[in-house]
Amino acid sequence: MALQRRPIESGVIDPLPFMHPLLRRNYGTWKWHERPRPGVLHHVAESGEEVWTVRAGTQRQMDVYTIRKLCDIADAFADGFLRFTTRSNVEFMVDSADKVAPLIARLEAEGFPVGGTGNSVTMISHTQGWLHCDIPATDASGVVKSLMDALYHEFTHAEMPNQVKITTSCCQINCGGQGDIAINVQHTKPPIIDHDLVAKICERPAVVARCPTAAIRPAMVNGKPSLEVDESKCVCCGACFPPCPPMRINDPVHSKLAIWVGGKHSSTRSKPTLHKLVAAGLPNNPPRWPEVTEIVLKILYAYKGDARPYERMAEWIGRIGWARFFELTGLPFTKYHIDNWRGSRGSLNTSAQVRF
Amino acid sequence: MPKPMPETPLLDELESGPWPSFVSGLKRLAASDDKRYAPMMKDLLGQLERSYETRRGYWKGGTVSVSGYGAGVIPRFSEIASEFPESAEFHTLRVIPPAGTHYSTAMLRSLCDVWEKHGSGLIALHGQTGDIMLQGCRSENVQPCFDEVNELGFDLGGAGAGVRSAISCVGAARCEHSCFDEAKAMRLLVNNFLDEMHRPSLPYKFKFKFSGCANDCANAIARSDFAVFGTWRDDIQVDQDEVRAYVARHGRKWTIDNIIRRCPTEALSLNDDDSLEIDNKSCVRCMHCINVMTKALSPGRDRGVCVLIGGKRTLKTGDMLATVVTPFLRLQDDADYEKLLDLAKRVMDFYVENALEHERIGEMIERIGLVNFLAGIGAEVDPNMINHPRTNSYVRTDGWEEEVAKWTARKLAEADATAQAAAE
Repeated sequence: MALQRRPIESGVIDPLPFMHPLLRRNYGTWKWHERPRPGVLHHVAESGEEVWTVRAGTQRQMDVYTIRKLCDIADAFADGFLRFTTRSNVEFMVDSADKVAPLIARLEAEGFPVGGTGNSVTMISHTQGWLHCDIPATDASGVVKSLMDALYHEFTHAEMPNQVKITTSCCQINCGGQGDIAINVQHTKPPIIDHDLVAKICERPAVVARCPTAAIRPAMVNGKPSLEVDESKCVCCGACFPPCPPMRINDPVHSKLAIWVGGKHSSTRSKPTLHKLVAAGLPNNPPRWPEVTEIVLKILYAYKGDARPYERMAEWIGRIGWARFFELTGLPFTKYHIDNWRGSRGSLNTSAQVRF
Repeated sequence: MPKPMPETPLLDELESGPWPSFVSGLKRLAASDDKRYAPMMKDLLGQLERSYETRRGYWKGGTVSVSGYGAGVIPRFSEIASEFPESAEFHTLRVIPPAGTHYSTAMLRSLCDVWEKHGSGLIALHGQTGDIMLQGCRSENVQPCFDEVNELGFDLGGAGAGVRSAISCVGAARCEHSCFDEAKAMRLLVNNFLDEMHRPSLPYKFKFKFSGCANDCANAIARSDFAVFGTWRDDIQVDQDEVRAYVARHGRKWTIDNIIRRCPTEALSLNDDDSLEIDNKSCVRCMHCINVMTKALSPGRDRGVCVLIGGKRTLKTGDMLATVVTPFLRLQDDADYEKLLDLAKRVMDFYVENALEHERIGEMIERIGLVNFLAGIGAEVDPNMINHPRTNSYVRTDGWEEEVAKWTARKLAEADATAQAAAE
């Protein structure tokens, strides 16, 4: 038998050889920047050298033909270098302002929208979904494609009060991030257990330990070792499903979508915040999830119309209050919006300050 | 005779509209009948269409890996392989990109060529944790694919209960707000823990992220166990002529409403001559004024990082933001970077020793208390770690004098160090 090859454990590799020469030369010595138009950044270095960056949206899940097309564009216009943002936008760097317009024209001709900078709605960060994940209740790429079609103008223009970051997640483990608007799966029924398979597939103590509300316990069912769920305690989170696929949480009808707002990663102005539930019970409705798009647009345009410059979603709601948020968006307020356990007191109004 | 394209009426609806369509890309691969992956992508489209019809996923996990590694490959076996046999095995290789996700077209083309040879031709740039995701590889092709990708210079990222791939913002490569060398810090820390990445044996996943300033473009605070932020200790650098030019261009009302009043700690004031007064002692390095007046203002010169620990998403006790564990660590020369690495090692050691199975470090700290965690990693308490001191008097305080003595000794030592630095 041939000796097996030992891996080269190179880890994170040095980016310098793959970095546009202008960025390499001025590494760590940038002086200031401006945004001449949506989708374009202009940075000036201490050395006096300047770089213009053109940002364009992609579908993230890319075929090699699309990637090679992006490479062709980089070879023709950007010295053979490109980079990607954390939200799957592609960026091309050029060394003169004259090179920006032809690059934009080519990108647009090839179907890549130019935008996503500054106070725009940038690309939605999304998870894997039905295309590749083993636990999703919905798709990710399809939801994002549908939403970005509807948000195309807001990506290619910069008309929002501040940047808007939208995220999606296909299960309640939520591998998407915090979002100004987040679209997440919300299961509404406890798992349906396939008792024939539990003992064969699942390490039962690990599944019991995984439950956040201690609702799962070992049980004998039809003479076989299995698990049972105390449905009065179950919060339908689906945490038991990854370690034990017979705990079937995903349901074509009862796995719904929920919308959350006001998440913010940055410590800019206000401190970072987690997003909050504002709408639930939306149907998981492929291929275009129109009910989700409708509510996202409702929230987005209430924000666009009412927020002041630089206010992120959370900061806008902080100023106008939740009563006015529900009034402006027309979304119903229910008992499910109130977090209802001992540790949730911090989310209650402990003052005489109310809004009318 | 090539396998026919599957009927995909639901997915076809995702080919219309102005945004680039992933479905069109999948179809391009499926229609490439001269390529070995075409039948696989036809069945993949068929299975995805089935998911759109039934609103169910059809992938299950399993065990597939490359020699020497216990992570980096995400196995996917189809539950409906009898109907879609060509995509029965559709594994992902998570590949670590260069820090900052910079590519030369030569490198990216080589990667595409290798992937066309061994896999489906479908690549996500990038996954949520920051990996290049080569999606759609048969079990027997995983090792040869990895070998070639590895020879190109790329390594596999993390999965499961180990150190995961990291993300750093564009940072020093193209941003004047950058307060440290994000790529250097990321490579130093992550590459020190490659054993924990490639042969995962931690209680649960552990993610590092690096943002050059408080704007947090790497989404570190909510999405990483070990979040490193650039910041500075001295004063914001001001070019008053540029401040006046900004006010002249935008007007006083705009400047006051959108810069002065937006300062979260009221540290800014516009002088009568349209210059800017900054109370740097009150400034919390939030970046807003610097973001807006990019020509006039920049971070100070005494730069370093603030380290926050314990951010995560929902599973299993709810979303958590990371909290301050090191308010400031100067990060300029190599010795400073070694101190950051030393902190990461202490944090990792304590996590490995003390977390329960499947417990993230944020959950562990919530369970044992921040004070015990700090003691465990040998860190001192600091008022920057809290929003406010405790409001509950039910605590035993009979060690008070001892703790006061520690604080006093620390403050004296700091004063001595400052005096010595001033003398030099």
